[in-house]
Amino acid sequence: MLEQVVRLGRAGIGIIERLGRGHLLLWHILGGLGALSVRPGLLIRQIYSVGVHSMLIVGVSGTFVGMVLALQGFYILSQFGAEQTLGVMVAASLVRELGPVVAALLFAGRVGSALTAEIGLMKATEQLSGLEMMAVNPVKRVLTPRFLAGFISMPLLAALFSALGVLGGFFVGVGLLGVDEGAFWSQMQAKIDLHEDVYNGVIKSLVFGVVCTWIALFQGYDATPTSEGVSRATTRTVVHSSLAVLGLDFVLTALMFGD
Amino acid sequence: MPETSDEPLIKIRGLKFFRGDRAIFDGVDIDIQRGKVTAIMGPSGTGKTTLLKLIGGQLRPQAGTIHVDGQDVHKLGTRDLYRLRMRMGMLFQSGALLTDINVYDNVAYPLREHTKLPEAMIRKIVLLKLEAVGLRGARHLMPSELSGGMARRVALARAVALDPMMIMYDEPFTGQDPISMGVLVQLIRSLNDASRLTSIVVSHDVHETAAIADEIYVIAHGQVMEHGEPKVMMDSGEEWTRQFMHGLADGPVHFHYPADHLEQDLMEKRC
Amino acid sequence: MVQNRSVELLVGVFMAAGLVALFFLAMQVGNLSASTNGEGYLVTARFDNIGSLKEKAPVTMAGVRVGRVSAIGFDQATYEAVVTLSIDPKYVTIPDDTFAKIFTAGLLGEQYVGLDPGGSEEYLKHGDQLALTQSALVLEEIIGQFLFSKAEEGVE
Repeated sequence: MLEQVVRLGRAGIGIIERLGRGHLLLWHILGGLGALSVRPGLLIRQIYSVGVHSMLIVGVSGTFVGMVLALQGFYILSQFGAEQTLGVMVAASLVRELGPVVAALLFAGRVGSALTAEIGLMKATEQLSGLEMMAVNPVKRVLTPRFLAGFISMPLLAALFSALGVLGGFFVGVGLLGVDEGAFWSQMQAKIDLHEDVYNGVIKSLVFGVVCTWIALFQGYDATPTSEGVSRATTRTVVHSSLAVLGLDFVLTALMFGD
Repeated sequence: MPETSDEPLIKIRGLKFFRGDRAIFDGVDIDIQRGKVTAIMGPSGTGKTTLLKLIGGQLRPQAGTIHVDGQDVHKLGTRDLYRLRMRMGMLFQSGALLTDINVYDNVAYPLREHTKLPEAMIRKIVLLKLEAVGLRGARHLMPSELSGGMARRVALARAVALDPMMIMYDEPFTGQDPISMGVLVQLIRSLNDASRLTSIVVSHDVHETAAIADEIYVIAHGQVMEHGEPKVMMDSGEEWTRQFMHGLADGPVHFHYPADHLEQDLMEKRC
Repeated sequence: MVQNRSVELLVGVFMAAGLVALFFLAMQVGNLSASTNGEGYLVTARFDNIGSLKEKAPVTMAGVRVGRVSAIGFDQATYEAVVTLSIDPKYVTIPDDTFAKIFTAGLLGEQYVGLDPGGSEEYLKHGDQLALTQSALVLEEIIGQFLFSKAEEGVE
């Protein structure tokens, strides 16, 4: 019994220690932002590997999600004779929720795991140590550009997801199911609010970008430098980021649309 | 404050370092003389790599001091520590080359980070350093295309790119075939003598190390067991040192990990 | 380096695609061009009952949107709802005896304010109040009236 309590305490202390190390790392990462403006080349390379490589998966997923939304929505809305509002339904669900959230989940799987593996392997092969001994700060040199790249790419990817989703919904709704084109757009434009919906969606994706990239970098940087440790850290990245995204989505939604 | 040249370059006094409850170092004193090759030897797991990380300021000791060129490493601020590290080269066991850039860029890396030299000048330095390790022709290869020995030689070229005052070699001979081993042994010695470097070699390969070292420290159980010139160490009267230097299977260090009697163990049913 | 150039090019393509998507969401979906975010002149109207009218509901004239409902309040002295309408500043020739009604868009649609122009020569300005209003039709009341009249018919 006592042993269990001790174990619980140890686990608690472990979690708090990790949280502390995580926040310290974030602080150091942010401290490197100033130096990055001198070397924009580093950032461009990272946006390439973070953003460009995710364009395809995010774009394709967005298109299909939009198409499915239109298909499902049409059958439900047509029962009330409200097919005209299909555009609203598709756009609202994409811009408010699915765009930021699904793009972030894809981002965690596609980019987060890759970042963790990359940083973890750099640690395991002593590359980070090597940089340190070359008097180069590995956090500023390696982590900061990746962090900023994630921060910049995430909202762009989410926007890409939503926009292609709306077009996919348009294609299915108007092209295949015969919803009136004018009604599709005008209802959407009348009901979707720039501040309430679009801006809040962008804010969500910015938050998700920070959290996903941060978790991925921390897991890689904090990984046990063995192949097993890195593979575990990669799994943890995907699990933790996905949970964080879904949990934060609830909090942010409650804050933004709650009143 | 620079000290006179016959002062040791590195002075370690009363060094204590613990991992959890386990003492890695428990009161270690080491002097590393300028211009010499000093070997730190000991069985696996005695914290030889840890010692190098302590000297480089990557780890902090619980007690004791390490002075490098008159500066207390663990009392320096980040800026001064980084400045000191620029004068230290370190060769990691794996080479620690950056895997996403090629050999040329790896060697050029510290130059581009720390100097404002024009690219033409960097090119000359890089090619000269690569020539010194015999890999000028391999400059367009990626680290993944190199053999272990070649990777270490590239890493060595990178370590000397900034013309440091000292180089620390972490297990340079481990896992090398006899030819690359011979190449590395010769490189370490010739680099040391040609550039008036100070070298620290951490290793447990007795013969290769004894061939190039001017002085050997043997560390075990968190203590310096003995130190002296290679010849003296080989003929040491101490039983422990003799066992280590000659690789005897049994001696003060037993072949068997502590266990119950074999008969008793075999008779028992449970695992 | 050739490779570097293609990296930069692709990053440029990515950033451009993302920004175009954001722009698309803002303009086409969110209708930035036609949004009236508090930029308009305010007029108030008092209703006995506003039904389920919400803030940001459209204000239309002849079916064309001319503004939004910017605030809804309650007058404790008269027990009336005070609805503030924000009218797009480009519509400056709305007569001051305009009639404001609350309509429902379709059977299940949301409610909006419809304006019927009067014949006055004076135009509405910021801070004016619309005197003529008609409350929302509340479905339950209509059904109640209908049943009541049916019941009366039955008595006769």
